[in-house]
Amino acid sequence: MQNLRVTIERGPDQPNAQREFDVPAQANQTVLDVVSWIQQNADPTLSYRFACRVGMCGSCAMMVNGVPRWTCRTHISKVLEGDSVTIGPLRNLPVIKDLAVDMDPFFDKWVAAEGVHHGALTRDDPIAPVDPAEAARGQADAGIECINCSVCYAACDTVTGNPDYLGPAALQRAWTLLNDSKDSARNAILEAVSGVGGCHNCHSIGSCTAYCPNDLDPLSAIAGLKRETAKSFFKRGR
Amino acid sequence: MTRTADIKLRAHPLWLAYILHRLSGLALAVFLPFHFWVLSLAVTRPDQLDGFLTLTEAHVVKLAEVGLVFLLAVHMFGGLRLMALEWLPWTPSQKSLAAGATAASFLIACLFFLKAI
Amino acid sequence: MLNLRLYMLQRLTALLMAPLVLGHLAVMIYAIQGGLSAAEILGRTQGSALWFTFYGTFVVAVSIHGAIGLRSILHEWAGLKGALLEAVMWLAGIGLFILGARAVWAVTFA
Repeated sequence: MQNLRVTIERGPDQPNAQREFDVPAQANQTVLDVVSWIQQNADPTLSYRFACRVGMCGSCAMMVNGVPRWTCRTHISKVLEGDSVTIGPLRNLPVIKDLAVDMDPFFDKWVAAEGVHHGALTRDDPIAPVDPAEAARGQADAGIECINCSVCYAACDTVTGNPDYLGPAALQRAWTLLNDSKDSARNAILEAVSGVGGCHNCHSIGSCTAYCPNDLDPLSAIAGLKRETAKSFFKRGR
Repeated sequence: MTRTADIKLRAHPLWLAYILHRLSGLALAVFLPFHFWVLSLAVTRPDQLDGFLTLTEAHVVKLAEVGLVFLLAVHMFGGLRLMALEWLPWTPSQKSLAAGATAASFLIACLFFLKAI
Repeated sequence: MLNLRLYMLQRLTALLMAPLVLGHLAVMIYAIQGGLSAAEILGRTQGSALWFTFYGTFVVAVSIHGAIGLRSILHEWAGLKGALLEAVMWLAGIGLFILGARAVWAVTFA
């Protein structure tokens, strides 16, 4: 194969921008390599976002042939249809330009779900022991490898239809904190995930778990939140 | 994004279970007022009710009935699947549950069909 | 567009209806043997407190369940929100209840 036929989905606000590119094929090439080649060799006006290139920072996610992926760890051979590939900005987030989306709504919801550490100790207290064998710790450990790439958020049809919905990543963070013995705000978290945009809007479609590049399982984390809030509903009557 | 790409994003068993549950629920909600109205004919217009009930002998109507029974069964089993998924920590078997729900619904609809003809 | 209370109502009415649906399916398969007639239906249900309770519970549960389900669909697929969404949900629930209650009354004690 000589060239890859790459289509970049650019917004209607740039009617004259180039959308089709021929990119030289390499033996080893990620989707991010392809986008970078275009920006460096064909069209320097192409905007996109990346930082670490090794699947740590969560900044390079894009829609690749209609599916959200971390582009730095996705080999182009895995996604080519024939010799073609279509690359677009992440779904469910406002586009700033070309392949760069505004991640603010995603991070705002992370905070709205109480996805922040709620400590009860000071630096003068002894370090609280964490037992890795504890069941709750296992639940927390299952979700803490999230890199905030927003792939699950882009994959979620419930987010598409219900803009208030907090989304899989934020709710999974809430679930890890609920199971973290160092976190002291259990009721505040349950409250935050029970509002109009909370975990109860989830229809268990499971696209989050199907597409998470780190093989995490937000679907089960959200189910955990539904269980805990249901228990508190019977205990506290709300 | 093109239409085919949208389909690709959704091509997994749990999305199909979701859409089946949603569309069957929507169809049942639309059908129910009609169902209730027909039954209340028993008081207001008894002769009309019998007239309507003889309609159910027609093959087209029978086919529609099988469809309604299927919708009801698929919505119930799909709902039980959903509640098992949410409230019982059974996540690894969610796909087989989804498949089992659909299979059982088919079974009930088929049973109804066989008895009806 | 669902908070905890609507979610719990949705799930609890569903649990309540699961055995009722099975019963309803069984009755349907039994009742259509040899065709349907008003006399046959009424013969089974008229004056029966049991069938009144069975179908009465069913109607109450389905009115709540259907209204909340429609609420989710109308918000996600039709973009309804705010007071309009609340109004349509209540209208659907009350409408289903009135029609359903009329039907149950018609085949039992009317």
